[in-house]
This record gives sequence, C-alpha cells and structure tokens, in this order.
Amino acid sequence: MFLHVRLFFVLYWELINIAEMKEAKQLVVSAIQNGTVIDHVPARNLFKVIQILGLDHIENQITFGTNLESKKLGRKAIIKISDRFFEDDDINRIALVAPQAKLNIIRDYEVVEKKVVEVPDNITGIAKCMNPKCITNFEHVTTRFRVVSKKNVALKCHYCEKITSQENLQII
Amino acid sequence: MKNRSLVSIDDFTKDEIIRILDLAVEFEAQPVRKLLEGKVIATLFFEPSTRTRLSFESAINRLGGKIVGFADSSTSSVTKGETLYDTIRMVNSYCDLIVMRHPFEGSARYASEIASVPVINAGDGANQHPTQTLLDLYSIRKTQGTLDNLNIFMVGDLKYGRTVHSLMMAMARWNTTFNFISPEELSMPDEFKLYLDNAGLKYYEHLDFSDIISRADIIYMTRVQKERFSDPIEYEKVKNVYVLKNSMLKNTKPNLRILHPLPRVNEIHTDVDSNPKAYYFEQALNGVFTRQAILCTLLGIN
Repeated sequence: MFLHVRLFFVLYWELINIAEMKEAKQLVVSAIQNGTVIDHVPARNLFKVIQILGLDHIENQITFGTNLESKKLGRKAIIKISDRFFEDDDINRIALVAPQAKLNIIRDYEVVEKKVVEVPDNITGIAKCMNPKCITNFEHVTTRFRVVSKKNVALKCHYCEKITSQENLQII
Repeated sequence: MKNRSLVSIDDFTKDEIIRILDLAVEFEAQPVRKLLEGKVIATLFFEPSTRTRLSFESAINRLGGKIVGFADSSTSSVTKGETLYDTIRMVNSYCDLIVMRHPFEGSARYASEIASVPVINAGDGANQHPTQTLLDLYSIRKTQGTLDNLNIFMVGDLKYGRTVHSLMMAMARWNTTFNFISPEELSMPDEFKLYLDNAGLKYYEHLDFSDIISRADIIYMTRVQKERFSDPIEYEKVKNVYVLKNSMLKNTKPNLRILHPLPRVNEIHTDVDSNPKAYYFEQALNGVFTRQAILCTLLGIN
C-alpha cells in the first residue's frame, strides 16, 4: 500500500515535470508586453542581426534564444526587444543575413502585426566588398551596393563595380 | 555637364558620347586652341602610365592649361601614409579638374565623391578606363564612318582586359555583332556575355583566327600575358596562336581597321604595320583629340 502511494507520487511529479517542460519549450524566451519579436533568424547569424540593428548599443530590455529547433532552418534564433519598433527600411537591412526572418509586433502581449523582411534595392554599410583590390578595403569608405539579384543575393559594388555573391558575403 | 566627372563609360548617355566625339572632330581639325588658359589641371598618377599621362598632358598643353601633379606615387605624400581622401581634399583646392590613375578599383568613384571639381578616371586598377574607350569609339567612327551595325572582333585576353570590357559595353548601344577570339582560359567572362544576351546582341566565340576574320570591320587586338596563366605550358601552347600577321589580312574587307590599346609585344607582327589596315598608332594620336574634348566638356567650355 505504502509502495503504491509512493509510486503514484513519483508518477504525479513526473507528469508535472513533463507539463512544465512543455511549457518551457513553448516559451524558451519569455513573452514581452510591448515591442518587436524577430523570429526565424538562422542561429549562426544571430549576432550579425544584433550588430546590424545596433541592438548592442540600446538600453531596451532584450531577450534572445538561439539554437532552437526549427523545421525550416534547422537551428534558429529568436530575439525579443521590449518597447522598440522598427521602420521597414531599418529592418530590411537584416535581409542579407536573415532572409526568412518574421517579425511580430506586440502590443499588450498580443501580436498586432506580422511582417516579413525584404531584400532592399541598395545596401549601405553592412556588407564587405569581396574584391581585395577595391578601395573600400583600403580606406575608411562606407560600402555601397546595388542589389542585382535578390533571390540568390548578388551585390554590385558602387565603387569597384564587382559583384559580391551570397557565398562570398561578409558582414562588416 | 559642368562639374561632372567621368569615372565609368556608363556615366555618359549615347547622346553625350556622340557630342564628345563630335567635339573631338573639331580638335582634330584645330588642335591648338587656348580654351584652358588660366586653368590648372592636376594629373595624379598613383601608378605610372606613361602613355596615358603623356596623352593627357599633351591635350592640356595644346589647350593652354597648366599642369600640377605627379607621375608616380613614390614622389608623393602617399609614401608617407597619406590617405586618398586627404590627397584629394588637398589637391581639390589647387586645381580646376583632377585626372587620376590609381591601382585600387573604385578609387576614381570615391575621389569624385570627395572632390568638388570634376574627376577624370585615367584607369582604376582592372575596373574602368573610360577615356581609352572614348578614343576607341572615336577611332572606330572615324575609320568606319559610323558606329552602327558593325562587326567587331576582339582578340587575346578577353578575361582580364578592361579595355575590351568597356568597349564592348559601350558598343553594345550601337547594335554591334561581336566575335571573341581567345584561349579558353582567357575567354570573355559570363557576366559580359549575359550583358549582351540581355541587350539582345549576337556574339560568337572562337578559339583561333580563321577565315572568319574576312567578315570583320574592326579587329581589336590585346596582349596575351604570360602571368595570366596558372600553367606555363598552357601559355606556351597558345602564345603564337593569337598573333596577327600580314598574310592573314589577304581576304579581309577593305574597310577593316586593326586597333590595339598599346603597348604591343608580339601579338601584331611588325609586317602588319605598313598595311593601310593597321590603325593602332593613329588610334593613339586620336587619344589626344578625344581627351581635349573630354576636358572641355567636363569643364563646361565649348
């Protein structure tokens, strides 16, 4: 009898644990009241996204999780920024490193708007020109590119006119 | 067009190119005109290029302008570590126009954004050399009477040769048919072939000279350089394939002219020089008239 009670007790705790784990899985990164959630960031590019958006220089509360399972990306990252909303032009800058990123705009814990990122027509100051003889790799020049292909990203340097393709893309 | 720079041949429209060529015709008729009296032109050659520099300086002198500058960066403050930005800011205040040659690609575009005076790109690494392209266009129009519907053969190093790339892109505006003759290792890069595809123009690629040159209006020769080959045996195999000899010109069209941006090494046999179809030395002279026209156009002098 005593044994049965103990077994039940253990089972009961196991169940609670599993329930908690499920809860935890759903909210690895805790919810925010107001702000922006950037989801479906490739895990390897999380810090590039942080850098491009200048999140390392702002005072807002930011929580993020990385190496989360994702069917689409394998391993993804998610960033939640409290009380911060981005202009489309700003957010499109991350398209080079997180082309499938999805944004949720949160107000009072509710998703009020969803956005996807779009590769812009021009890229200023994010990417490095792959041409080792380009002036931008010798002097302090802000790089500028025209996007000549959006699907397989290809950037034409405003200065040396050479193409930097996705495989050679380096974020400054 | 005052205070406008010439960095890339694409900076000028078809009409603007024609206007420069028309003005160059006037300078050919009367090369010495004091249109740049009182003007100071800076010629900044961060890497030596005797031919281009002399051509510019000859053009400036014939127009009565004064020159400041250097022929080689070893005699300038670059060796002290000065940035291009600082050099241009400083020179900008001394002159009315800057002619610049620099080993780094994109340097001329950058300089044109720093300077308040016009900048002429006299070659930025392997990127652009638009005054060469304009003098090539001038030579083609002068010898053929038109730029429309010509059949141009480009021979030699079509992979790295910036003059052939710029000329090809410029001529693509006049419904040109292109024939490319080069070793496989130095063939026309895909991005330029794509450019022609998009423009709906015809081009043909060949591995050697053959009877096909009988169809040519212009043969544009370039040097096949040994250092371009990863395998020296490959160079040995092809080095004599892309040499133009007088005997090969027998059945060619009477209007055919042979161009070469110079310097030549052995790719045009000297027995071609006396053939009236050889045009490369006159081509170099045309460079002075074309540069006179470019200088005056950019300074808004006419």
